[in-house]
Amino acid sequence: MGYKAKFRIWRGEGGEGRLEDFTVEVNEGEVVLDVIHRLQATQAPDLAVRWNCKAGKCGSCSMEINGKPRLGCMTRMSTFEESETITVTPLRTFPVIKDLVTDVSFNYQKAREIPSFTPPADVKPGEYRMQQVDVERSQEFRKCIECFMCQNVCHVIRDHEENKPNFAGPRYLMRIAELDMHPYDVAERKESAQEEHGLGYCNITKCCTEVCPEHIKITDNALIPMKERVVDRKYDPLVWLGSKIFKRQR
Amino acid sequence: MTQTTAESAARKQRAQIRVRTLRTDRWWLAPAFTFAGLLLFLIYGFWAIFDKSYFVDPYIAPFSSPCLATSCPEGARLFGLAPFGDWYTLPPGILILGLPGGFRLTCYYYRKAYYRSFWLSPPACAVAEPHGKYTGETRLPLILQNIHRYFFYLAIVIGLILTYDAVLALVHKPAGLGSWILLANAALILCYTFGCHSCRHITAGRLNHFSRHPLRYKAWTLVSKLNARHQQFAWASLFSVMIADLYVRLVAKGVINFPFA
Repeated sequence: MGYKAKFRIWRGEGGEGRLEDFTVEVNEGEVVLDVIHRLQATQAPDLAVRWNCKAGKCGSCSMEINGKPRLGCMTRMSTFEESETITVTPLRTFPVIKDLVTDVSFNYQKAREIPSFTPPADVKPGEYRMQQVDVERSQEFRKCIECFMCQNVCHVIRDHEENKPNFAGPRYLMRIAELDMHPYDVAERKESAQEEHGLGYCNITKCCTEVCPEHIKITDNALIPMKERVVDRKYDPLVWLGSKIFKRQR
Repeated sequence: MTQTTAESAARKQRAQIRVRTLRTDRWWLAPAFTFAGLLLFLIYGFWAIFDKSYFVDPYIAPFSSPCLATSCPEGARLFGLAPFGDWYTLPPGILILGLPGGFRLTCYYYRKAYYRSFWLSPPACAVAEPHGKYTGETRLPLILQNIHRYFFYLAIVIGLILTYDAVLALVHKPAGLGSWILLANAALILCYTFGCHSCRHITAGRLNHFSRHPLRYKAWTLVSKLNARHQQFAWASLFSVMIADLYVRLVAKGVINFPFA
């Protein structure tokens, strides 16, 4: 059974704009993105929204629904009361291009700042031999669909634009952790995680984990282990002493 | 003169929504409960430190264990020893509460809890924080959170002492209800302590080759199971230690005086 739902949608360009009210038909089994597409088809043909797979795997349709970062294609209309007004806004941390579409190039810039996988010089491609247990920890992080909702919700940059140059954000700190945990990566990543990519800004309030549509345990499995590795490197004199006595690689 | 910075220009490119949040759920409930729970613990702890009814044979209140001075009753002293001698006359809790207190204060879970509920940084996800500036754990004093692992080592010692206290009470004939309360508390504290993120790192988290260290990897998987419930153990042990401590004090004061108490 269909019903008429009340929507408030952010309309505007370059930050200037307002919330506009719409009443739109909703049918059984639909998701928020379906309703936005119906709005485009019937009432607002110029409403801009980014989308692609409609299956929760491309990360394109990230938006804020009733104030929470969500994927439009994975948010069922059945989770709302029929009488509820549903507010849809663009991601709040990034500049608005138009309506619900934001410029997420901040994330691509941060991705480029991380040195790529660096194997030992004497190991050639095809010679890598790894046990499953050695790689499965970092495989969790490769589930990331780059929806950038963790970047969007992180208060370090969401509430403080001035921190953007110094903070890579949870998605890219997770990338650093993934590479640092890789058995064949030899690049120095601990010190740079703290000094260049702003790991110390993270106060582990776990919002990145809460919003991740792939349910990656970003904080527990990437950010905190990375913080502990930085402690090894920078703040633990016992580890330093051990590395001197036993000549272990730090 | 008002200076227009690149940041403020960039900020204006975002959707200009003036409300603090558009969330419609009761996002304030979790930080409010956390605030109340932690405040209760602080108030109780402050009272317990100065309360003198901390020992009744065979029980010693967890907030006052180990008792390390000659001012402690003889049965309350750890292994009968009093390394702090006569000069220390303050309540025994003052000597040792900094150790488990420091462990909880720097714990990754509690950091989340109090950053959200006390410092509102942020109070909840996608709810704007009230602070104009944020530097996180990059400078003093919050950079000191990195000493968590040292408190972890000390917390192991305290956890084992509380276990010893519980076992000592349990082997006492007849073993009363208090022995089981102390034992349950010690078990929860050990689960909380060994599920700590630092413990997870020390066992094998710092390694990149699990396959070369099968025993450490096994330990890591066990700690990871506890770690997945770290929040639950943090709260359960917080309340269990208060309950166990209060129970012993009420027995010592004679308020609880039924047989096998």
